[in-house]
Amino acid sequence: MDIFDIIGPVMIGPSSSHTAGAVRLGNLARSILGEEPKKAKITLFNSFAKTGRGHGTDKAVIAGLLGFMPDDERIKTAFEEAHERGLQYQLFAEESGEGLHPNTVSFELEGATKKTQVTGCSIGGGRVKVTAIDGFEVELSGDYPTIITVHKDRPGIVALVTALLAERGINIAQMRVSRKKKGQEALMMIESDEKLPGEIKEVLGNIKDIYRVITFSE
Amino acid sequence: MISTIEELVATAEKRGCKISTLVKELEAKSTGKSEEELFQRMRSFLQVMKEAADKGVSQEIRSVSGITGGEGLKMWNAVDRSLLGRTAAMAAARAMAVSNVNASMGKIVAAPTAGSCGILPGAILTVGERLSKTEDEMVDSLFTAAAVGKIIALHATLSGAEGGCQAECGSASAMAAAAVVELAGGTPRQAAHAVAMALKAVMGLVCDPVAGLVEVPCVKRNAMGAVEAILAADMAMAGIESVIPADEVIEAMKEVGCMMSYKLRETAMGGVAATPTGKKLSEKI
Repeated sequence: MDIFDIIGPVMIGPSSSHTAGAVRLGNLARSILGEEPKKAKITLFNSFAKTGRGHGTDKAVIAGLLGFMPDDERIKTAFEEAHERGLQYQLFAEESGEGLHPNTVSFELEGATKKTQVTGCSIGGGRVKVTAIDGFEVELSGDYPTIITVHKDRPGIVALVTALLAERGINIAQMRVSRKKKGQEALMMIESDEKLPGEIKEVLGNIKDIYRVITFSE
Repeated sequence: MISTIEELVATAEKRGCKISTLVKELEAKSTGKSEEELFQRMRSFLQVMKEAADKGVSQEIRSVSGITGGEGLKMWNAVDRSLLGRTAAMAAARAMAVSNVNASMGKIVAAPTAGSCGILPGAILTVGERLSKTEDEMVDSLFTAAAVGKIIALHATLSGAEGGCQAECGSASAMAAAAVVELAGGTPRQAAHAVAMALKAVMGLVCDPVAGLVEVPCVKRNAMGAVEAILAADMAMAGIESVIPADEVIEAMKEVGCMMSYKLRETAMGGVAATPTGKKLSEKI
């Protein structure tokens, strides 16, 4: 905790969890898609659904999808901005999302070439956590440079990836591997301490049995 | 690392320096950033605070929900009639102005939260202006406020959902009280007494936002918090001491937060949120 966690951040109001956090979640969903979103189906759950309109949570998630930061004054007019940029969105509210964090949002996104589903929650003070990507359980803060791979669930993939990172002096801060079923697709997420070199996405993408690589830095 | 108000005050006293001087030095050391870089960042925050305050006292800013709006402007227009005097009235006006900007989806600095974002700007900008302080001195006082907030966060909480409004607006008020003492030339010891008195004044204050929105009673509580901070600073600089030391008050605040029903911690199920009018407004939104 540094002093700018106490005074700061500069943000668009009215709520760090329901507005700033919602923008961050939209940002992360956009980064995970990896291209400009063209279509978005967004569902707000629980407290996000109940008090979202008054907190501008609906505008905030759209603003995040457009790539605006939490202190961008265009958040207030995000619906109009989305219209201008050709983002078609549908917003749904689900007040009884059982088993979900009070401030949860899920995105179904489509870009020109890619599709993704992202679920995340706003955990207070503008901090967020992505909890699922394309049906895989994850735990992603977005506070670190991030690598996500979707690959075949077989021995050796994790070792190959971590070796390539070690060669480049990249230290892993957090890491998690999850799969839906043994031997099928698995997802690995890595949060690193160091900035990611531009080539890393291609290098990892060339590994046999890695189907997809997503990288982003906040 | 300094983790209590007592350590903060004792170290500043031993060094014969202001709390903010110490905080800037320690923060530079722990983050690896230069004091200049930290100072410029804090300066940019003061700038955002000032812009929000100016905006909210010069125009009627309505919230997104429409429940609140224009309080900052109304108070600003009434400062010359204020019984408390211009300083208190202007601090209240600015605090509500910033809160109005927040509720309208405008730009603010969370200090320490968005719900309590008017208190520090209300108190510091007004006292700074009243005493003809430089912008640098006001920026410095924000470091003192941040240090107090950091210590509260370490031992208790700054979140209304965890500790009620005492933890949010109460902490903002305590932070502002310390900042005002420093700005007005008081001692680090007096700043600590001001912190204790400000927190004690709202011990047990619940977080009861109507319809769950940061508007009622939040906008007006920001006004109260700013004025209370200045009063706590005045009392401390008059030589009045808090019988209970600030660190113990912080611990007590935490305990009270733990004893508080979840209905009184930002869930909009108690306090004014649960009144007939509060419920009616909630249904409308």
